[in-house]
Amino acid sequence: MNAPERWYLIEVLRGMGVSLRHLVRNIFHQDEMPTLQYPEEKRILPERFRGRHRLMKREDGTPRCTACFCCQTACPADCISIEAGEREDGGEKVAVRFDINILRCVFCGFCVEACPCDAIRMDTGKYELADDRREKLIYDIDFLLNR
Amino acid sequence: MWVDVTVVAALAFAAALAPLMSIPLLVWAERKMSAFIQDRTGPNRAEILGLRLGGLVHPFADVVKLITKEDLTPERADRFYYTLAPFLALFVSLLAFAILPLADTLHFGGRALPMRALTLNAGILYILAVTGFHVYAVVIAGWASHNGYALLGGLRSAAQMVSYELALGLSLVGVVLVAGTLDPGEIVAGQSGVLFGFLPRWNVFLQPVGFVLFLIALFAETNRNPFDLPEGESEIIGFHVEYSSMRFASFFMAEYASMFTGSAVAASLFFGGWQVPWIGTEALRANAPLVARVAFGALAAFCIVAALIAQGYKGRLARLYRDRRSREATVLQMIFLFTAAVSLILLAFLSTLPPWGAQVLIALVQGAFLLGKTLAFTFLFIWVRWTLPRFRYDQLMGLGWKSLVPLALLNLAVTGIVLLWFD
Ligand code: SF4
Ligand code: SF4
Repeated sequence: MNAPERWYLIEVLRGMGVSLRHLVRNIFHQDEMPTLQYPEEKRILPERFRGRHRLMKREDGTPRCTACFCCQTACPADCISIEAGEREDGGEKVAVRFDINILRCVFCGFCVEACPCDAIRMDTGKYELADDRREKLIYDIDFLLNR
Repeated sequence: MWVDVTVVAALAFAAALAPLMSIPLLVWAERKMSAFIQDRTGPNRAEILGLRLGGLVHPFADVVKLITKEDLTPERADRFYYTLAPFLALFVSLLAFAILPLADTLHFGGRALPMRALTLNAGILYILAVTGFHVYAVVIAGWASHNGYALLGGLRSAAQMVSYELALGLSLVGVVLVAGTLDPGEIVAGQSGVLFGFLPRWNVFLQPVGFVLFLIALFAETNRNPFDLPEGESEIIGFHVEYSSMRFASFFMAEYASMFTGSAVAASLFFGGWQVPWIGTEALRANAPLVARVAFGALAAFCIVAALIAQGYKGRLARLYRDRRSREATVLQMIFLFTAAVSLILLAFLSTLPPWGAQVLIALVQGAFLLGKTLAFTFLFIWVRWTLPRFRYDQLMGLGWKSLVPLALLNLAVTGIVLLWFD
């Protein structure tokens, strides 16, 4: 600190100049402010944004998931729980229950990476997941396949 | 007799109402200015019939919130003093305003009506006394809460206020010396005319050092940043940790009311109070119709500019909002245009005024000037708060005792010598 800096008053005035500049600029150029008026204005999401999960279907409409448990194993938050079952036509396994507890999910995307069948994706772009009951935030297979 | 009583009662009412009414305005100004200084937009959600007025509705929502919150009293608190402290703070912060003249003395039929609620010829002492009282509220709050942190906050406050009261008083003595009187009415009245041919004869030009010292001490006395150690809301907890609901709100209101009152004192003692710069009361009264025209013209011009600004916001609001908020700019524009039209019509039809009308009009204009100067000071208060960091406790004490008090004494000595020289 040199002498004028140690003598507060001048530096105080300089600092007040800075805040006044911001004040005046923002009063006259409110459109240029970085703030988005959120529910009305929304941010444009990047292409690879990880939103809410969805389960994919084959062309014939059956779920692609083969209940291999890879995603459940990979999940660091331990929020996927799957129950495997037989398929009617005797083919691969299917998931009879597939729950994602979104309250625990950390949106890391490991489940998507782990899936060998490309059955689970996070490309819905949905991130407004608030709800009023915890039960509603455990997504079941029906919800994940169809919405 | 009855006229005097009525006038004094009305003035006392105005003197109590002005700081109280300023509270929501100042709260709004503080939020909005702090937001703009930090590149944020600030409050803009609360609305009444789609009118948001740039966040001016939020203080009213706050009142509803604060009243409906649970009002807690700590179990081992001293109930009487715990309840007394917040209201004492609010009460004391309103008191000093009563001594300030709001306009020049009115003359009706040989009767002089001083435009202030309280006429005391030792008014400066009164101001110092009631500002000194503020510390009691803070200390009582800290003590009665039965909380260590609150007590420490109160303690810090006591030390700070006692230290800065000295500088505050000494810097006011300079003004008293220059004016030759202790009466705020006479001090303000004495600030008419010009200095060196071009400056208004305000005390700030005669006592520049005294003014800076007074201002710094005033920041400390009103507990505003950078001297808000008693409260210290962001890190060190202050004297009102235990308070909630309306009792907390009273402290909050007291802060803003004392900011307004302090600003009014600074404007009165250093910036000529109700004095219109360069123009004396006699000249104003002689040209009252002209003054009225200028006032209405200024109002109309302001409203037209505001309507033009509202025009710019119309498209933006319609793009953003699908509900009634999108019509806000249109509604405001109508109101502004209507006001502008009314004041233009008044402007056109106004030619003469009766003598009493002239006096009242000039009193209103002078009151408006006092208000304007006061609001300019509150702007400064807010601006400083959102620029400067808080002092550390030892720095605060060092500044008070080692810089302000010696400087104030030096200023006093120089003032005395100069006054003696010119006598
Ligand atoms: S995103 Fe991560 S945390 Fe969420 S379900 Fe997939 S693996 Fe688990
Ligand atoms: S990794 Fe894919 S296929 Fe395997 S259980 Fe998970 S979603 Fe189904």
